[in-house]
Amino acid sequence: MSAVPETAARQPRAWPGAYGDEARPRVGFFTDTSVCIGCKACEVACKEWNRVHDSIQGFSGSSYDNTLALGANTWRHVAFIEQRKPAALDGEAAADSLVQLAARRQLADEAGVETHEGEGIRWLMSSDVCKHCTEAACLDVCPTGALFRTEFGTVVVQEDVCNGCGYCVPACPFGVLDRREGDGRVWKCTLCYDRLRDDQEPACAKACPTDSIQFGELDELRERADARLAELHAAGQGEALLYGADPGDGVGGFGAFFLLLDEPEVYGLPPDPVAATRRIGGVWSAVGAAAAALAAGIAAAFLGGRR
Amino acid sequence: MSARDRDGGRRREGGERTMVPRAEPRSYYGRPVIKEPVWTWQIPIYLFSGGLGGASAGLAYLAERAGNDELARNAWAVSLGGMAVSPLMLISDLGRPLRFLNMLRVLKVTSPMSVGSWLLAATGGAVAAAAADAWMGRLPRLSRGARPAAALAGMPLSTYTGALLASTAVPVWGEARRELPFVFAGGAAASAGAAATALTSARNAGPARRLALLGAAAELAATRAMERRLGALAEPYRRGAAGALSRLATALTAGGAGLLAGGGRRSRGAPALAGAGMIVAGALAERWAIFRAGFQSAADPGYTVGPQRERVRRGESEGAERRAPARGTQAYPAAGSQ
Repeated sequence: MSAVPETAARQPRAWPGAYGDEARPRVGFFTDTSVCIGCKACEVACKEWNRVHDSIQGFSGSSYDNTLALGANTWRHVAFIEQRKPAALDGEAAADSLVQLAARRQLADEAGVETHEGEGIRWLMSSDVCKHCTEAACLDVCPTGALFRTEFGTVVVQEDVCNGCGYCVPACPFGVLDRREGDGRVWKCTLCYDRLRDDQEPACAKACPTDSIQFGELDELRERADARLAELHAAGQGEALLYGADPGDGVGGFGAFFLLLDEPEVYGLPPDPVAATRRIGGVWSAVGAAAAALAAGIAAAFLGGRR
Repeated sequence: MSARDRDGGRRREGGERTMVPRAEPRSYYGRPVIKEPVWTWQIPIYLFSGGLGGASAGLAYLAERAGNDELARNAWAVSLGGMAVSPLMLISDLGRPLRFLNMLRVLKVTSPMSVGSWLLAATGGAVAAAAADAWMGRLPRLSRGARPAAALAGMPLSTYTGALLASTAVPVWGEARRELPFVFAGGAAASAGAAATALTSARNAGPARRLALLGAAAELAATRAMERRLGALAEPYRRGAAGALSRLATALTAGGAGLLAGGGRRSRGAPALAGAGMIVAGALAERWAIFRAGFQSAADPGYTVGPQRERVRRGESEGAERRAPARGTQAYPAAGSQ
């Protein structure tokens, strides 16, 4: 509910109200999908470190993606999208300016890329994860207090408290949480809470060979992402966009945000997520009005024809 | 804007079924964006039994005040039945049923389930005391305070279930947040009135009968209002299991109300009993339709992505996407400045 702490200092502390002096700088992930190579080291490292159960294996037919979605047993999920897309180094739908066009050509030359006009396959890869929202609907609706905000500003389920009511599952606008079969409780990414407490970076970020997954203090990550976005735009990647980097969005900004090369829904992400609990005031008003109407209706039934 | 326009039409599959008009949502291999709820058959029964029990407490209390003891006793019994079934349904739906008491660890107004657990506990206790006095003459002193408390708590208990569903990312639930509590209020009144009508002699059943008819009309009207609000998103209410349940609910409620209005005045004859039964079944079917429609809308990414993309197009989004790099420096704007 509270906004991102507005401390001017370089190390704003997460939720100082709740933790006082124990509050630590808010941390998160910046997942730069433009350098993801789809190796799935993050998925494996996450499973190994957190001892996450195996998930349904087999061949899905959806490119190289066989885990398909985040869930109780998948806390990092690498999406693979194959797009038929002209390389567009010159001509038609190319760059916005000659400078951009030149930059693109230079980039292609430096990389030694062979391009053919009018055809090409673009392969998008992206490692998805819990967004650790500033306004986390899962945490807000949890009736037991099992979901809580850590001193790092992350969102974690306490497995010794969760009673498996399942309310957080449809509350999450990203479909991150799920109940584990045979266990009955809800599981999700903890942003490696145990490692954070030992000043270690999360396992997925540690394992990522291209630094597509960057871990750090959120404010610093946002600056880094801005610079990267500017760099990509200058290089002619006008489609590049930041997703969840701003505190003004429907969940108050993500703790784990992304740089994407197409619209979020192409990656299975909602384009305009809103925490449903943002509207709880209006919802309670409707509940109260309906309760009053019900009471009035019952009373009216007695007035109608008492004799 | 320019980025999308440039590559627009790149991956438009032809012959896509129409979901939400104009949006033509894109998706990741057609997979859902949000998770379907994990809730099972107990939950629609709970949505029904909580409303039945809550509204019956109100009916019982006012019947008592009006000196209609027969109606009061029967309504307290119905209320007690609803209050007994509700926690059983909720607890058996938990992934860890033995931890049900964790529901009362905290009270959170941001969580309708938390508020509802406390409401259910309070109403259940008060109704038990009231019914014990009404039927057995036990606990008279305790029940003096418990009766109005049960009636009072029973009202929000009947309608908070609208907030329970609305506070999720499920499209047909979240977008119907203003109407759902009224649909549940109507169903609660209809079922409580109908149940008491069936149990009470015609001479004393007048208020219950009127409540059943009033509730049935309100339920039908609120359901229509909900579907109007949902617009294109109301499609799940016309398809599959939710569509069938929705049509069944309307037929049962309208037909039952017709029977009760026509034949219920004279005696507790067959038409009145059948009408009351149909109204009760209609309220249950309506809950089930809403429950199933939620699953159907969660399973199809079009219902999630379509309206959101439409908000972005109209410039009404909250702004999770940012396409332009910050001007000039690399500095990130301070929190709250955007």
